[in-house]
Amino acid sequence: MAEFRLPKNSRITKGKHFAATGGNAKSGRIKQFAVYRYDPDGGANPRIDTYDVDLDSCGPMVLDALIKIKNDIDPTLTFRRSCREGICGSCAMNIDGGNTLACTKAIDEVGGAVKIYPLPHMPVVKDLVPDLTNFYAQYASIKPWLQTRTPPPPDRERLQSKEDQELIDEPSACILCACCSTSCPSYWWNSDRYLGPATLLAAYRWLVDSRDEATGDRLDYLEDPFKLYRCHTIMNCTQTCPKGLNPAKAIAETKKMLASRSH
Amino acid sequence: MSLRSPLSRVLGLGSAKAGTEHWWAQRVSAVALLLLGIWFVIALTQLSPGSYDEVIRFIAAPVNAVLLILLAATLAYHSYLGVQVVIEDYLHTHGVKVLALMLSRFIHVLVAVASIYAILRIGITAGIAA
Repeated sequence: MAEFRLPKNSRITKGKHFAATGGNAKSGRIKQFAVYRYDPDGGANPRIDTYDVDLDSCGPMVLDALIKIKNDIDPTLTFRRSCREGICGSCAMNIDGGNTLACTKAIDEVGGAVKIYPLPHMPVVKDLVPDLTNFYAQYASIKPWLQTRTPPPPDRERLQSKEDQELIDEPSACILCACCSTSCPSYWWNSDRYLGPATLLAAYRWLVDSRDEATGDRLDYLEDPFKLYRCHTIMNCTQTCPKGLNPAKAIAETKKMLASRSH
Repeated sequence: MSLRSPLSRVLGLGSAKAGTEHWWAQRVSAVALLLLGIWFVIALTQLSPGSYDEVIRFIAAPVNAVLLILLAATLAYHSYLGVQVVIEDYLHTHGVKVLALMLSRFIHVLVAVASIYAILRIGITAGIAA
């Protein structure tokens, strides 16, 4: 049946407060970071730890603050990060109530304490690290590679017109950070069967690739009440995308392709 | 506990190769409801409040009766499609879901048949009386 509360072991408790100390405390620019903590080995419920960070000795982005917390205050804090410039998608998390990349979210943009949670409604591995196994398997399921029957020209690459390339410019800019899928209520309730906006955007990228020759097979796979049609155009995906992409439109276009092939 | 691979779990039972008709039917019935709804609201404003006989005469008029039947049928159909989606979205216990889908279909058909019967009865009774 429907569940209205978090399972008992997922309910969040109040954690520790790491107050500003020594020289830090003198600075007027102290910002509080309230961070979701969960340790799978401890057996305790998740908690919110609060860290006071001196902004004068911290970089401008939320990721800078997390790294500062880990380096200077609490080395047990766990999170993913890599490129720190919005292209790897590793540091996707829920900041100030919205899914985004910690590395491109400025601390200044958040008024009051900065609340940081892992991506919503995903199994948590530890602290801010969600388990993305299912998400990646969904991406793999749409065969995200070029499928052709025509052999490639022997002396050169497969050519594409400028207009055809423009069709895939935007959808192929997706970095698979999972911000969109984990902001989608349909994905929250049915992520075991609904592919979610990120995977559907990737599927669309291959549907409109002029070099691809498996469009029909791709549409066959997507034509399913759950894989595709759980999308109810809620638009959270488009609103939250840190790269400014539009998965909702890609899904709408996919539905139109399906409708036009049967009418 | 299952040792099925994540990809195998995602692929599941494969594609149902369905959903497009459902999606299209939702849109078509929505457009139909928009048109019928506009007619219905305008028609209601033309009736004087509190006059039972006038409303009966209105329903019995052939054009009105046909449009009302269409409205009742389309409304029930559109609502059935929507409620089906809500059930599929939120109910995850298989048995409960199947029961809810069945019950929803029964109730919607019941509502549609009862409404159509009521309209027909008024129309036909008025026809015999005339």
